[in-house]
Amino acid sequence: MIKLTNIEKRFGALVALKGVSAVIAEGTVTALIGPSGGGKSTMLRSINLLEIPTSGELTIGEETIVFQSGVKVDGKAVRRLRRQTGMVFQNFQLFPHQTALANVMEGLTTVLKWPADKARARALALLEKVGLAHKAEAWPATLSGGQQQRVAIARALAPSPRVLLCDEPTSALDPELSGEVVDVLAQLAREGTTMVMATHDLRLASKIADRVIFLEAGMIVETGTAREIFTTPRHERTRRFISTLTQRDEVGVDGGDAS
Amino acid sequence: MQHWLSLMASSFPFLLRGALVFTVPLTLLSFTFGLLLGFGIALVRLFGGRLSIAAARFYVWMLRGTPLLVQLFIIFYGLPSVGIVLDAFPAALIGFTLNVGAYTSEIIRAVIASVPKGQWEAAYSIGMSWGQAMRRTILPQAARVAVPPLSNTFISLVKDTSLAAAVTLPELFRAAQRIVATSYEPMILYVEAALIYLALSSVLSILQVRLEHRLGRSGGFLEAKS
Ligand SMILES: Nc1ncnc2c1ncn2[C@@H]1O[C@H](COP(=O)(O)OP(=O)(O)OP(=O)(O)O)[C@@H](O)[C@H]1O
Ligand SMILES: [Mg+2]
Repeated sequence: MIKLTNIEKRFGALVALKGVSAVIAEGTVTALIGPSGGGKSTMLRSINLLEIPTSGELTIGEETIVFQSGVKVDGKAVRRLRRQTGMVFQNFQLFPHQTALANVMEGLTTVLKWPADKARARALALLEKVGLAHKAEAWPATLSGGQQQRVAIARALAPSPRVLLCDEPTSALDPELSGEVVDVLAQLAREGTTMVMATHDLRLASKIADRVIFLEAGMIVETGTAREIFTTPRHERTRRFISTLTQRDEVGVDGGDAS
Repeated sequence: MQHWLSLMASSFPFLLRGALVFTVPLTLLSFTFGLLLGFGIALVRLFGGRLSIAAARFYVWMLRGTPLLVQLFIIFYGLPSVGIVLDAFPAALIGFTLNVGAYTSEIIRAVIASVPKGQWEAAYSIGMSWGQAMRRTILPQAARVAVPPLSNTFISLVKDTSLAAAVTLPELFRAAQRIVATSYEPMILYVEAALIYLALSSVLSILQVRLEHRLGRSGGFLEAKS
């Protein structure tokens, strides 16, 4: 279980998250939606502590950290918590000096100190899973965006994180390429991978999310099942936001049952 | 002509000795220590506290803003008056190391800073510590970018070591000066010295190209990025 309690994040005078609380159950997929600047990325990055919250409390599994403004958090505790998470970035961020295989092995060999052959076997299995076993020896620069993102997903999954965080995993991709990434994420969702993803892609959200959190101006406006939020949102703000997205994407969400 | 050739032939062993015993070791040692110093200064400037950053900037400003020859004179001729007497080789080694440290720190700082922030985040996101991210993710990428400018510094250094002649180090150039003092053939001897410097820096240039080539594998990600 992942639990955020009253998480606040300030960047100088700007308050990016204004007391966000949420509980994310294991095995569920949660989509973070909302207008640009609403705090989706900041919320995701607060879960793996790429951003250290100004105040609040974060629990992942058995680890809890309490944040207080002015109190420096222990780096070891940050890493213990972070190691239970994996992250997929909008622009992939593969390590360009390492092959696809080496990218996926990196967390296992460097961080978890696995022996190379064991790490290689797991990395190959993960590349197989994302459909890229044949690209194991390829350099990132030679892969398409969709392929790079699938390698990045394999890299994030390698240390068996409790939760996979995805920040707009498809938005840097052309529609044809985003399909292959959506398919991989949908497959992971079916297998029960816990995921939290920020996305503007309603097709992605409606296809795989169980729950949806609508964030605006650093606050959670509404939370519900994907079906509730997309078809019968309670708040006017949510309704308006969903309608702008559907118009823009020309994707109907009526059949968008959470799968 | 005959006379020139025989003078070249007879002086060559002395010049070569100056090169092999002093010029080359001085270059290699001061570059190695200078790189370590430069790396330390670069880390301070990138990640240090306010005071240490100010100190590092002051150091670089001093060393880059004053002539190397004057620095060498201060170390070799100046320090004895405050009780620090150094032999020519250690004095030159210290001078060149301090100098290389200042110049390379700027290069190293720039190449480390040139690695996108997203790469740090990707490294952290798979659980790496700062040191692991630096060693496994940032430095290998920075190193590729650093090879050309660092090689240039290295090649300049080989030539600059001739300044050590002024603090009595019997390196290649001073060996030539000495023979000129007895043979009165400055043209031949200095051209000969120049040719040996040229040979040394050419070898280094070839090594540089090889190294760049080796680091340039990985699907040429540098080319893809630019
Ligand atoms: N490192 C930072 N420094 C200063 N302000 C920041 C930083 N990161 C985010 N912000 C600010 O915090 C607010 C929330 O940003 P965030 O990136 O979380 O929004 P988002 O919902 O992900 O938006 P988008 O849909 O555009 O990705 C914005 O006002 C943003 O400008
Ligand atoms: Mg964002």
